Amino acid sequence: MTVWLLVAVPLVGAAVAWGVRSQDGASRRVGLVVSLANIGVAVAGVVRMLGSTSASQVWSSGPMAGATSLTLVLDGLSAPLVALTALLTTVAVLASWRVTQSPAAHHALLLALSGALMTVFLAGDLVLFYVAWEAVLIPMFFLIGVWGHERRRHAATKFFIYTFAGSAFMLVGLIIAVTNVGSTSLGGVPATLPPDVQRWVFWLLAVGMLVKIPAVPLHTWLPDAYAEAPTAGSVMLAGVLSKMGGYGLIRVVIPLAPDAFSAAAPVLAGLGVLGIVYGALVALAQKDVKRLVAYSSIAHMGFVLLGIGSGTSLGFGAAMLAMISHGLVVGLLFLLVGVLHDRTHTYDIGRYGGMARSLPLWATLFTFASLASLGLPGLSGFPGEFLAVIEGFGKFGWWMVVAGVGVFLAATYNLSAVKAINHGEPAVEWAHVSDLKATELVAAAPLAAGILAVGVAPGVLLGVVSPVVQALAAVVGGGA
Amino acid sequence: MGDFLSGPGVLVVAPLLIALLTVAGGKRAVGFTRFLTLAGPAVVAVAGFAHLAAARTETGFAPLRDAAWSVSWLGQEAVSLDVGFVVDNLSGVMLAVVGVVAFAVVLFSVGYMSEDSAQPRYFALLSLFTAAMTALVLADSLVTLFIGWELVGACSYLLIGFWYQRPAAAKAAVKAFLTTRIGDVGILLALALLWHETGTLSISGVLEAVPQLDGAVVTWAALLLFLGAAGKSAQFPLHIWLPDAMEGPTPVSALIHAATMVASGVYLIARMWQVFEASQTALDVILAVGTFTAIFAATIAVVQTDIKKVLAYSTISQLGFMFAALGAGAWVAAMFHLVTHAAFKALLFLASGSVIHGAGTQDLREMGGLAKSMPLTAVTWLVGALALSGWWPMAGFFSKDEVVAQVMHSSPAAGGVLLVASVLTAFYVFRATGLAFFGKYRGNAHVHESSWTMTVPLAVLAVLAATLGFTRGAFSTLMGHEVAEADVTVMVLALAAAAVGTFGALFVYSRGSERVDLARERFPRVIGVIGKGYGIDGLVDTCLVKPTLAVSAVLADPIDQRVIDGTVEGVGRGTVWLGRVMASLESGETDTYVSLLGVGFVVLMAIALWMGRG
Repeated sequence: MTVWLLVAVPLVGAAVAWGVRSQDGASRRVGLVVSLANIGVAVAGVVRMLGSTSASQVWSSGPMAGATSLTLVLDGLSAPLVALTALLTTVAVLASWRVTQSPAAHHALLLALSGALMTVFLAGDLVLFYVAWEAVLIPMFFLIGVWGHERRRHAATKFFIYTFAGSAFMLVGLIIAVTNVGSTSLGGVPATLPPDVQRWVFWLLAVGMLVKIPAVPLHTWLPDAYAEAPTAGSVMLAGVLSKMGGYGLIRVVIPLAPDAFSAAAPVLAGLGVLGIVYGALVALAQKDVKRLVAYSSIAHMGFVLLGIGSGTSLGFGAAMLAMISHGLVVGLLFLLVGVLHDRTHTYDIGRYGGMARSLPLWATLFTFASLASLGLPGLSGFPGEFLAVIEGFGKFGWWMVVAGVGVFLAATYNLSAVKAINHGEPAVEWAHVSDLKATELVAAAPLAAGILAVGVAPGVLLGVVSPVVQALAAVVGGGA
Repeated sequence: MGDFLSGPGVLVVAPLLIALLTVAGGKRAVGFTRFLTLAGPAVVAVAGFAHLAAARTETGFAPLRDAAWSVSWLGQEAVSLDVGFVVDNLSGVMLAVVGVVAFAVVLFSVGYMSEDSAQPRYFALLSLFTAAMTALVLADSLVTLFIGWELVGACSYLLIGFWYQRPAAAKAAVKAFLTTRIGDVGILLALALLWHETGTLSISGVLEAVPQLDGAVVTWAALLLFLGAAGKSAQFPLHIWLPDAMEGPTPVSALIHAATMVASGVYLIARMWQVFEASQTALDVILAVGTFTAIFAATIAVVQTDIKKVLAYSTISQLGFMFAALGAGAWVAAMFHLVTHAAFKALLFLASGSVIHGAGTQDLREMGGLAKSMPLTAVTWLVGALALSGWWPMAGFFSKDEVVAQVMHSSPAAGGVLLVASVLTAFYVFRATGLAFFGKYRGNAHVHESSWTMTVPLAVLAVLAATLGFTRGAFSTLMGHEVAEADVTVMVLALAAAAVGTFGALFVYSRGSERVDLARERFPRVIGVIGKGYGIDGLVDTCLVKPTLAVSAVLADPIDQRVIDGTVEGVGRGTVWLGRVMASLESGETDTYVSLLGVGFVVLMAIALWMGRG
């Protein structure tokens, strides 16, 4: 079975990267080889999963000390996120190609982070899920705190404390759930807990998820963390970590408390719509391009919550599409913004201008990513948003006008940024900065290709996700 | 895939591939790829004419649906959003229009853009636009239509901002995208509503379901679709982007902002006709908006000094005529005017491009007497101007006459307004004609006639603008309608309107330099206000843009920074302080955090493992 390799490869790789620290540049090569290898493992796993008749691939450790056994499950819900993690890990490795401060530690932490994230998405039981959930924080904390920008320590601490506090609620919720269900297994028969227990379980877990996504108003760790993290950290944070919340809702929370979810769905959708508009409006006011992308993430994740809140299988599918799209788009945007900072040493939008002349290739990709971010059809942002809105309309009717306002606002901040950065005559000081280097282009190309692929043929991704979310929608009574 | 390529899909794929080749070829190959670009529109036009030929019968035309192609784009089992293409008589006509105009524009661009250093980007975008516009036209589902709709908008954005170094162009591009995006949100909501009510977004499925729908649902769907159409087709008050869009290269204005994309709002309503037919409320709104836009924009066109701005406001006004016809229930008349307008307005735009190329200015005040130095351009422009004014036997006479007659029939008041707008139409276009081509030359450039790649498209379009009107009967049967009886009274009135406007303008503006800005000198303030489009831009800025930015700024700071985040940070500091006091820790803040977290993590993990034992 290949499933355990998905976790083992990056974790072993982390140890190796740390081990070769004496040799110059060796750790980054380890990082690249390991992350590429894991893409291979992920592709093999997904291909096998799609080819087999059973809907999922399961790996189990057998009973371990303490009588519990660890299981990893690769199915239609985890596979897209596993693939995204593998891809963005490689992108993050390439983005940190020229890190000079303790490169071995940096790459080891990146791979450890990747392994922890893989475990979150693959975990087949609640214990492993929770342990991995918390384990993700540690490498991320150090990546922000050591390799970040000026206010890195503050941002790292805030990120850690905030999400850790969210997890504390989650832990209590999990304990209640496990003691009532009597099993830690995930993905078995849906739980039939009494309504008041479900309510407690749902909201305790939901708080942890909503912090992670993040949903307004639990979001203020995000702009600091996204903006202060080094490029690789931002790519992983925004691209993958933010997906833990949406994934956790679909994989863990809803199956444990389906009735409580049905009752609370309008609240989730409401938070989603709030995030769509709020994130967009705040993004519009940003003067720092990295914070602009950070706030745009809040708006995008709003569509994820809206899709989940609709409670239908197409709505859940919309949430998954939106998550994968956001991972690709925001990954590309942070990568590009990182390149821009590398050349100009500033994130101040007001100081750019005319980059289409100075950095034509960079500017083309930035325009491309911005168009994807504003939801242009043909690119990955559109299908998820579109499906979330039309499914949301069935449940919440004309409230979707508010989401529509958000769709409009997405164009305002994205195109304003493109105009301010790319257009006009180049500022004299940036007239001679260099365009994308080979490693940067290699990192950006697969993201751009993914954005195009998901945009043109979103049905493939939806098809992978469908078996799982259809079963789930049947449980919560959402139907198609 | 074989299905796809043998069907209408190839019409979309061909220009797409050419766009890729153009990008891949770069500057070195652009001498070849710019001619290769012609192949996309050529294929599209041929397909359109082939369909029309196939639909032809001895007595006229029969309704014909060619082999369609459709595939599930997003869906789960029974529930599916399909994308697909179909060629029927309506889309066949549009294919011919898009193909012919795009061909002429690409050929014209070869000459017009020959000095530009970014030609690969330009021609690739033209190909991309052709692909997107074809997808829009061929759409057999609202999903396909919306995808094409948004992509032509994106191409429009990228081409308006083609000369991105100019701040005005960059600004106009964003303005165009955002203004039309307001309408697009309307379409998105219409699709959501129709999906919810009918369970399908295939066009035929929705149209079949209309009779079973609640009246209010139909009205809302129609009004939301119209909102989208109004954005794309620059109807009041969403017209404000089109005059600014003239910052793009002139051939782009001819193709996108005169003949094809801006007319797609009219096409959308014709395509979804059963929805609109079922809602008198929606039709009334469309009639009112169209009629108002027609006269409103015509008055602005009268006082413009930039030749392209005259044509931009003229386009808004002519689209208003089409919407008025739609509102009066005469979608065939609206479509016919769309077709003839595509020919004569593309002609006028390209001729203005030739003028700009030859005289080096867009300012009518710096032209004059160009008929002598640019005879071919002058003659073709004159054909376009006569067609736009509605002079027999030019195409505009037949199509506008039909529009006015139908509107008059449905609402005499609206018909009267359109007649006044017709007077203004003839006036502004012959004012521009007089200023540009007659009298004495007022500029100081070395004016020269344009090269063959520019004059040949002008000649072709001029022939179409002169003759297309005679296809009126055939067009009606093609659309499955009886040929309407010509209304002699309206015809006489329309000709009189054209005559009054034309001779009025020529009387004032064809004689010499001293009369150029007569009205502006007499009434500077009034003309100033009208010239700036009655200050709608300022109104939008005050009522919409500034409040949005203000809300945005307030939300960012203080709401987000101080209220929400301030609370979080406050709680954090309070906790740390409490921790310090209780533990009397002397070490640095971060170390404290880390050690606390480390301990906390170990404890939590232990709990988790213990918990998972059972």
